[in-house]
Amino acid sequence: MGSTLAQKIWASHVVRKGDAGDDLLYIDLQLLHEVNTPQAFDRLRAAGRTVRRPDLTLGTEDHNTPTIDIRRRIEDPEGRRQAELMRANCAEFGIPLHRLGDPGQGIVHVIAPELGLTRPGMTIVCCDSHTTTLGAFGALAFGIGASQVEHVLATQTLPMRPMKDLSVTVDGRLPAGVTAKDLVLALIAEIGTAGGQGHIVEYRGEAIAALSMEARMTLCNMSVEAGSRAGLIAPDQITFDYLADRPGMPAGDAWEEELAHWRTLRSDDDAVFDKEVVLDASALSPYVSWGTNPGQSVPLDGRVPAPGDFAGEASRAAAERALAYMDLRPGTAMRDIAVDTVFLGSCTNGRIEDLRAAAGVLRGRKVADGIHMLIVPGSARVRRQAEEEGLDRIFAQAGADFRAGAGCSMCAALNEDRLAPGQRAASTNNRNFEGRQGKGSRTHIVSPQVAAATAVAGRLAAPGDL
Amino acid sequence: MKKFTVHQGAAAPLRRTDVDTDQIIPVRFCASTTRDGHADALFADWRDDPEFVLSKPEHRAATVLIAGSDFGTGSSREYAVWALQDYGFRAVIAPRYGDIFRANSLMNGLVTVVLPVTDVEWLWELTEADPAAAVTVDLELLEVRAGGRTFPFTLDPEIRHRILHGIDPIGATLLHEEDIARYEAARRPALPVTG
Ligand code: SF4
Repeated sequence: MGSTLAQKIWASHVVRKGDAGDDLLYIDLQLLHEVNTPQAFDRLRAAGRTVRRPDLTLGTEDHNTPTIDIRRRIEDPEGRRQAELMRANCAEFGIPLHRLGDPGQGIVHVIAPELGLTRPGMTIVCCDSHTTTLGAFGALAFGIGASQVEHVLATQTLPMRPMKDLSVTVDGRLPAGVTAKDLVLALIAEIGTAGGQGHIVEYRGEAIAALSMEARMTLCNMSVEAGSRAGLIAPDQITFDYLADRPGMPAGDAWEEELAHWRTLRSDDDAVFDKEVVLDASALSPYVSWGTNPGQSVPLDGRVPAPGDFAGEASRAAAERALAYMDLRPGTAMRDIAVDTVFLGSCTNGRIEDLRAAAGVLRGRKVADGIHMLIVPGSARVRRQAEEEGLDRIFAQAGADFRAGAGCSMCAALNEDRLAPGQRAASTNNRNFEGRQGKGSRTHIVSPQVAAATAVAGRLAAPGDL
Repeated sequence: MKKFTVHQGAAAPLRRTDVDTDQIIPVRFCASTTRDGHADALFADWRDDPEFVLSKPEHRAATVLIAGSDFGTGSSREYAVWALQDYGFRAVIAPRYGDIFRANSLMNGLVTVVLPVTDVEWLWELTEADPAAAVTVDLELLEVRAGGRTFPFTLDPEIRHRILHGIDPIGATLLHEEDIARYEAARRPALPVTG
């Protein structure tokens, strides 16, 4: 019997087999941001331990960072303290850090690929559930908590029990105007927010092979919203081409050697998955969420469902709560839902390709009166590239608010960007939980194209509606 | 790691599914840089609702939380575990958990027991009818006892051993330092470094 890609990566990182079936895994890269980490450093110090491999560790500032004026200090004293501790901790242990204002700064899951640090076959962890993003490169990448961060800092390893394998095969091609975001929302609506629990999901099939690296990152990003710990896509020519342009890549024979190795990183034809799901890409259309978890999504062409549409008491109760929180009536056409705010950004859709897609819709159009469209680049590099391509001018002409600083912004609602209670946003982020974008906030998860069209229409819309 | 062998206490029935970590502790409380002091932030956006289980005087002193499926999904914030522990919870019982939350809870000695939905519903009814009903979570015998019934559960033996004895997992890993060094020496030379 052959092995899955996940099993291959796992096997090549086992430092030691445990007595009780858990493996001690070597971690090739640990990424850190200012939230979720101070406690790990405190305990490390208190135990008299040190960071084993600062050269396999990288920090960035993203969650708290201001976006309007990057020279402005963080207003919230606790947020400021987190940033200060991040700087002090990285300095003390010799960990490279991309501070606000550095050309390499940005959302952790956006900058790691830009810097050429995420490569096929690696194990990567970060104190953040959306580390799944990096699986787009055929790396085993997953989120961990603060205690595990401390464990990796001290030992560069993590004791883990093997996870199960889920294969998601997407046949056919995505129709024009349908994106990786729509695909992943449709997938979660189908398998549920726990559909991938305990599994590493590998995305395969014709539609996946056709996706750009950025679209693959969007897809893998939201693997955690389907409950899975990691998402994976086997590396191919698209992956290699992306990597060839990154800094720090080996050259000459060493590059050829890496390529040869990377080409072996695929699931064997006779590999057995614990669970398999098949989707038809050609049947998909733009998806938007209506409720308070990402599984509560429907096609934009659809209507707000009624609790009675769901099987099981728990799902009906959840739908009822979500409708009340979102202040929506069953049967309302999704296109009739008006919003106050449109947010384009986050580690799901804050990359250059996402900004280009939105600019394509906004060119020659205006954001509707009374709508605030906030565009926050995923990284400082994305911001620079958008300027070089003239996207900033398109955004300005449309009346969108394109921010100077990169970071999580209104996805985390930890900096000054947040919704007021009762406000409604079309947002390209990944979570529509109660209060996610500010206490009492209401979020509809959408693709960049739908976000831009919604900003122009003032209600949920696709570019074709304009 | 908090040591845990047997715990007996009153329970709070939280009749909700999909309680994500943003609900357990909203992100605005995650700017704190310490592991403790999070008790008031627990379920902060629900606490002023008089219908919320922890707002009810008879459940305020609960030390066992009984929740619906998919408790602790979403963000990896360990604050969710710290807030539950600071409030006084020693154990959670639910049919299913978010993977990262579960790993975090067990790293901190917050025992997260998995029981089938029907058992969870039975425990909801028991503790709603009698808020003072004692619920026992026994990590040695791997069973929950309440209302005259016994519910067996399973837990990874390695993790159970660590929690029963309050073993520091980092110390345990560092006993294998030689294995780590040997692995490191054989890594592919082209693998990236950060600086
Ligand atoms: S953009 Fe949002 S989901 Fe992504 S890392 Fe930041 S807060 Fe988390």
